[in-house]
Amino acid sequence: MNKMCDFDSIVIGGGMIGSSIAFGLAKQDEKVAMIDEGDNALRAARGNFGLIWVQGKGEKNSSYADLTLQSAKKWPRFNNELMALTKIDIGFEQKGGFDFCLNQEEFDERIILLKHIAENSNEQFSYEMFNHEELAKKLPKIGPEVVGASYSSWDGHVNPLLLLRSLHKGFQELGGKLLTHSVSDIKYNDSYFSVQAKNSIINSNKVILAAGFSNQNLAPKIGLKMSLFPQRGQILVTEKIKPFLDYPTGLIRQTNEGGLLLGDSHEDVGFDDGTNLQTMQQIAQRVTTIFPFLRDVKMIRAWGSLRILTDDRLPIYDYSKTCPGAYTVSSHSGVTLAAIHALDIASYIVKDGKLPISLNCFSAERFND
Amino acid sequence: MIKRIDSQKSEMIRIYFEGKVIYVHKGDTVASALLEAGVTHFQNTTSRGSQRGPFCMMGVCFDCLVEIDEQPNQQACMINVYQEMKIKRQANLLK
Repeated sequence: MNKMCDFDSIVIGGGMIGSSIAFGLAKQDEKVAMIDEGDNALRAARGNFGLIWVQGKGEKNSSYADLTLQSAKKWPRFNNELMALTKIDIGFEQKGGFDFCLNQEEFDERIILLKHIAENSNEQFSYEMFNHEELAKKLPKIGPEVVGASYSSWDGHVNPLLLLRSLHKGFQELGGKLLTHSVSDIKYNDSYFSVQAKNSIINSNKVILAAGFSNQNLAPKIGLKMSLFPQRGQILVTEKIKPFLDYPTGLIRQTNEGGLLLGDSHEDVGFDDGTNLQTMQQIAQRVTTIFPFLRDVKMIRAWGSLRILTDDRLPIYDYSKTCPGAYTVSSHSGVTLAAIHALDIASYIVKDGKLPISLNCFSAERFND
Repeated sequence: MIKRIDSQKSEMIRIYFEGKVIYVHKGDTVASALLEAGVTHFQNTTSRGSQRGPFCMMGVCFDCLVEIDEQPNQQACMINVYQEMKIKRQANLLK
């Protein structure tokens, strides 16, 4: 370590991505600080639905499909590791997941999409299509309008709030230091970085920028490009009911505590992370079409949260050419990718001093205009 | 123990808790009526199965959930008793 430095690495951002990478760095015996802004931040990691989701991802980019599937495959090991360290049961389950089709057209399009992804997969992505009768054997309460569903055995879910808590706890048990500050500036001083956090300056050899939308402001300070926009999703939560849904789905999942999460709106409303009646009605409508008996189930809360997206919906993984030791990650799939972030990406950064070649196509340089 | 301070005489109605007849004051909530009848164990929680009864009495803690006329998850503190209401202790939904 440079003698000016307080830490080997500073991870800016304590959300799903920052925490996973910081956890992974701390595991490599690095001296790591993770700087979390606090509750005035937009907090995408606290609004999460909690899916580990593979099917349908990477239609136009097989590297993304592969990255997603690699992470899903690592999840069981990652869960065991986390659980052994923190003793927190994050409700991890990976028995596969269904994505419903409400008309024949959706069903036919889904086949084309998943076939395309499977044919281009280096990771042997596989899927199954279930028609109504076949699906009713797995999910007996589906309504008559459900034409069928696609199934991928790699899909799963976790309690995202407990995952985040477990990552923070694990990180600290591995010797990591969690700071709660807003980062206003980062400077590169030829061989090390100075991070301005509130009134103090913290020095480190490496900086990993995982600050959600704040990446947009901080990236240019260390020679990184960034191009992000928000997309809102609303989530409805119901009262706890008897377990009836053995598999997570794209729109609805039942937690291990009995409550249901309903979701999947995609709204272009800027940085407004609120809720509105119209969208909640649409979500409820679709879900009660799939499971008509849910009409009698009470909703107890709802929230909005902002996905961190790029124009092509793919993540950004990048390293700085002008400030060696600076990295950045932006993605809206922090739960799915948590395993690979913690187990692999962090160790690449420590051992190789760079990101794996397979991530080259996710450089923000692709947004050159 | 809960003690009634309202001295006004109100009409008594008949309800059932776990199949047992209880006479209660019309206008009471299910929670206050059951508490007055000596019931404190309203439900077993879904997460750990532990015994719970009314805590906040104002609709926010969800500790007083009971089954009313076969509808689960009813907040006893937010619903008034009615003639012939059939109430059951709510069992752990996950068991």
